[in-house]
Amino acid sequence: MPASRTLATAARVLRQLRHDPRTIALLLIIPSLMIILLRYVFDGSPAVFNSIGASLLGIFPLITMFLVSSIATLRERTSGTLERLLAMPLGKGDLIGGYALAFGALAVLQSLIATGISVWLLDLNVVGSPWLLLLVALLDALLGTALGLFVSAFAASEFQAVQFMPAVIFPQLLLCGLFTPRDSMQPVLRWISDVLPMSYAVDAMTQVLHHPDATATFAKDTGIVAAIALLVLILGAATLPRRTP
Amino acid sequence: MVNYDPNPTGNSTSPGHDTTSGPQGGPAVTARSLTVVRGDRQVLKALDFTVPRARITGLLGPSGCGKSTLMRAIVGTQAKVTGTLTVLGAPAGTPALRERIGYVTQDPSIYQDLTVRQNLDYFAAVLNPGRAHRAARAEAVTRAITDVDLTSHADDLAGRLSGGQLSRVSLAVALLGTPELLVLDEPTVGLDPVLRRDLWNLFHTIAATRGTTLLVSSHVMDEAERCHRLLLLREGVLLAEDTPDDLRTRTATETVEQAFLHLVDEAAHPETSG
Repeated sequence: MPASRTLATAARVLRQLRHDPRTIALLLIIPSLMIILLRYVFDGSPAVFNSIGASLLGIFPLITMFLVSSIATLRERTSGTLERLLAMPLGKGDLIGGYALAFGALAVLQSLIATGISVWLLDLNVVGSPWLLLLVALLDALLGTALGLFVSAFAASEFQAVQFMPAVIFPQLLLCGLFTPRDSMQPVLRWISDVLPMSYAVDAMTQVLHHPDATATFAKDTGIVAAIALLVLILGAATLPRRTP
Repeated sequence: MVNYDPNPTGNSTSPGHDTTSGPQGGPAVTARSLTVVRGDRQVLKALDFTVPRARITGLLGPSGCGKSTLMRAIVGTQAKVTGTLTVLGAPAGTPALRERIGYVTQDPSIYQDLTVRQNLDYFAAVLNPGRAHRAARAEAVTRAITDVDLTSHADDLAGRLSGGQLSRVSLAVALLGTPELLVLDEPTVGLDPVLRRDLWNLFHTIAATRGTTLLVSSHVMDEAERCHRLLLLREGVLLAEDTPDDLRTRTATETVEQAFLHLVDEAAHPETSG
């Protein structure tokens, strides 16, 4: 019964978090606080808040889940629990799937709060359905979890793992079209932004912002984000060694 | 430092007279010219030995002699193993062996941010998943906690336990699935004498009543006296494979520690190897 091992792993990850209420509070509250901050930074130009705010709703889950999952799996690697689990009848897919489920659930909660506050309290003007925003946020969270899991294989300590955040996330943040449209970038940078997953996450959010229904572009963008998340999760599974070298 | 009792549970099998074949078929572990390379160093050099079933075999040797590597090879988590290594009738590392072997690493491999019971609940769910086995799992968890004498700490966060308690939680995880072979890497390091005695009593009970084979490593030679059989390892080479009694008799020494030193000198003199 492989599914129940995945569920047991997800339940265990959430149980660990429950013993750490401060982390949960930070995860759930900080994105909303940042959106509120942004709203009043752009008090005089609501149009700017509108476009950046929607993009950020997709970027927050990516960043937070990246951080949480890279540290969590690094701990699993260094504490010996990974070695123990892999000496047991646990599939790598069960472990990765368990993490993705647990952090995905957390991301849904995080995005519900942030999206709710943005749409109803801060008058973020979304033409499309807020549920589509939520869907993109969830896919972004999975992408963040996948990247975090993968990157933790290359970090020997928490210090290194945290440094991967600027290394992996910041370039994507600069190139994803948040600050300036991707079309107006220097062509080489534009090409690079074409292969970075966050670009598609932001594009998908922009589609929801401007179109009442899910457009073909939206479907393509979310499909790409989901596919990259899946690919990186599989790559992440490959970095879990059953054998000590 | 402790008064030894090589056979504390008083089971009828005398550790002095032992055969390498157990009750069910061949030995639990058979190694033939087992070699392990890590980096460019040969950590284990052409080892030949057997581990009999339902007995406690001590794997002794100084720190860094290859004990943990040998244990990982048996459990199937060591890369670059050559030679033949048969564990419970199958080649080491066969996936089907994973649920038949319990393995405790040197460091307590448990989640510090879960309680003792939550740790065991999770590992039990990995070993025996599914809603249908919930009752069996709860029973196994309770028994494992009782085995290692942590009932009063069952709902404490593992991170708040002492080092000795932590390693007992780790041991409890290995006891969960009623494994046929228990591989314990230095389980008594850093424990006080009373706890060490209690753990050794537990090992003997498990071997005698559940028919479990135990392979226990230690770098403390006085623990050797508590084992049925010994494997003495030094710098990746097997110095001796014997019962504690026969080892002392053969080397005309009083303790296993003296026997070990005797064998080291003996090995060093004829060929002055480094």
